[in-house]
Amino acid sequence: MNPLSAAERVAIARHPQRPNITDYIDGLFTDFFEQKGDRLCREDPAILGGVALFHGRPVTVIGTRKGKTAEESIRCNFGMPSPEGYRKALRLMKQAEKFRRPVITLIDTSGAYPGLEAEARGQGEAIARNLLEMSRLTVPVIAVITGEGNSGGALALGVANRVLMLENAVYAILSPEGFASILWRDASRHEEACGLMKLTAPDLLALGVTDGVIPEPAGGAHCNPVQAIREVDRALEYHLSALLKESGQNLAAGRYKKFRKLGVPGKVEP
Amino acid sequence: MSTIFAKRRARLLAMKAIRDNYIPGDKLTACPKCGQESQRKEVAENLSVCPCCGYHFPLGAYYRLSTVLDPGSFRELFAKLPAADPLGFPGYLEKQRAAQRKTGLTEAVVTAVGTIGGRRCVAGVLDSRFFMGSMSAAVGEKITLAIEYAGKNRLPLVLFSASGGARMQEGILSLMQMAKTSAALARFSEKGLLFISVLTDPTTGGVTASFASLGDIILAEPGALIGFAGPRVIQQTIGETLPEGFQRAEYQEEHGFVDAVVPRAQMRETLAQLLRLHEKGGRP
Repeated sequence: MNPLSAAERVAIARHPQRPNITDYIDGLFTDFFEQKGDRLCREDPAILGGVALFHGRPVTVIGTRKGKTAEESIRCNFGMPSPEGYRKALRLMKQAEKFRRPVITLIDTSGAYPGLEAEARGQGEAIARNLLEMSRLTVPVIAVITGEGNSGGALALGVANRVLMLENAVYAILSPEGFASILWRDASRHEEACGLMKLTAPDLLALGVTDGVIPEPAGGAHCNPVQAIREVDRALEYHLSALLKESGQNLAAGRYKKFRKLGVPGKVEP
Repeated sequence: MSTIFAKRRARLLAMKAIRDNYIPGDKLTACPKCGQESQRKEVAENLSVCPCCGYHFPLGAYYRLSTVLDPGSFRELFAKLPAADPLGFPGYLEKQRAAQRKTGLTEAVVTAVGTIGGRRCVAGVLDSRFFMGSMSAAVGEKITLAIEYAGKNRLPLVLFSASGGARMQEGILSLMQMAKTSAALARFSEKGLLFISVLTDPTTGGVTASFASLGDIILAEPGALIGFAGPRVIQQTIGETLPEGFQRAEYQEEHGFVDAVVPRAQMRETLAQLLRLHEKGGRP
């Protein structure tokens, strides 16, 4: 069987039946308690977060939520978070640090919401703050890109000790349609963009941006969600048990080093 | 001896600044905001601010540095850092070379150490003439090196942003520079050092969603467009026209994201004041 093209993977990553965050939370954790609100102005349903047990151990789990039904999709803004969502995520991460819980993030978003209200409340500042604060958390952080991870909206949950991707997930600076529209002023050339963007799990592993690829059942995660979730469970267990052996200081230092070395064009003296 | 070098440095920066500010041919320059034509010389003497309506023209990186650093204090940092093509993107190297020839820059950012009002600091300036000041691996790396240099030498840091956002041709590695620069600022901040972020027209996308929004003090030039998503994208998303002044510096000040809107003519003085206010000795 030929490996899938980047454009085919984008289609699988966006498949409406692909397991979403609620499937993962049901399948991976027990005792999930949802925590709402950023404690500043509101609750953003595009990000779901709370405390749960993973193999009996308390963890903080945070992820973007794309709805399954039309009604749910509208309620959670099709998985495009607002600043309140990112600020809630940060609140939960700082709380995880306080209680020495690992943080697991599940990423599936077409990006941060580009709306008027989101801008008025500081979308850029909210994302920037998360990047800064996540880089120095002293608990293990594992990010799993389960579907699409686009733009700063995905990265704002992605500054992790281990960044894992499902085999057919994609991770990119923005959607292939947006990419083609910015670069060539022609969104219809998105398939061509897919081929150039290096957005597939194997490409990103080779670039050192991610740390592992989680295999999917034949045809994609939607063909056998139970098996897909079991593979995620296995990967999380493997990486978490390794990270739990490290001190808080080492976890922050290791995470820093991982991102510090990405995109270094050369060594120079001042 | 040291004055000879200071004079040479002053001359060097002045030469680069003149090149930055040079538009061949035209003696008249039209303001894109009010449409008024002014003598090129008059605009230049006014720090490239329209004498008629106060519109702030974009500035080249060296010219910008010459407007804030004390004469003769400029020493460029990491000038030799090369541009990169991490994804091997078709046609990108040729475009880079064309931009380099046109601007005389290697990449979209210039970093330097110098003094403002007699106080040493590290300064970085994004140049919108080079790929719209977009965040490339080289831009992220040079900003990070400047942050680290300032941290190591315990100097305050001043970064002038002007950016259209991500560098498309560098894809995911452009995105990763947001994490890299923000993480470097976390370490810098933990040392108790000052970072002043100055937002100029336009500051958008990945630069807004990383280092530009993380200043202890955030200043903005009048009228600068500042936001995460660009107005065109927002308009497409919500399907209605945006209010007058949306995402401008004054709007961001009103919404709590900017400490002060500072006209170009007062920038040097304001920075000098802030460096003075943050000098050691402020507490026992």
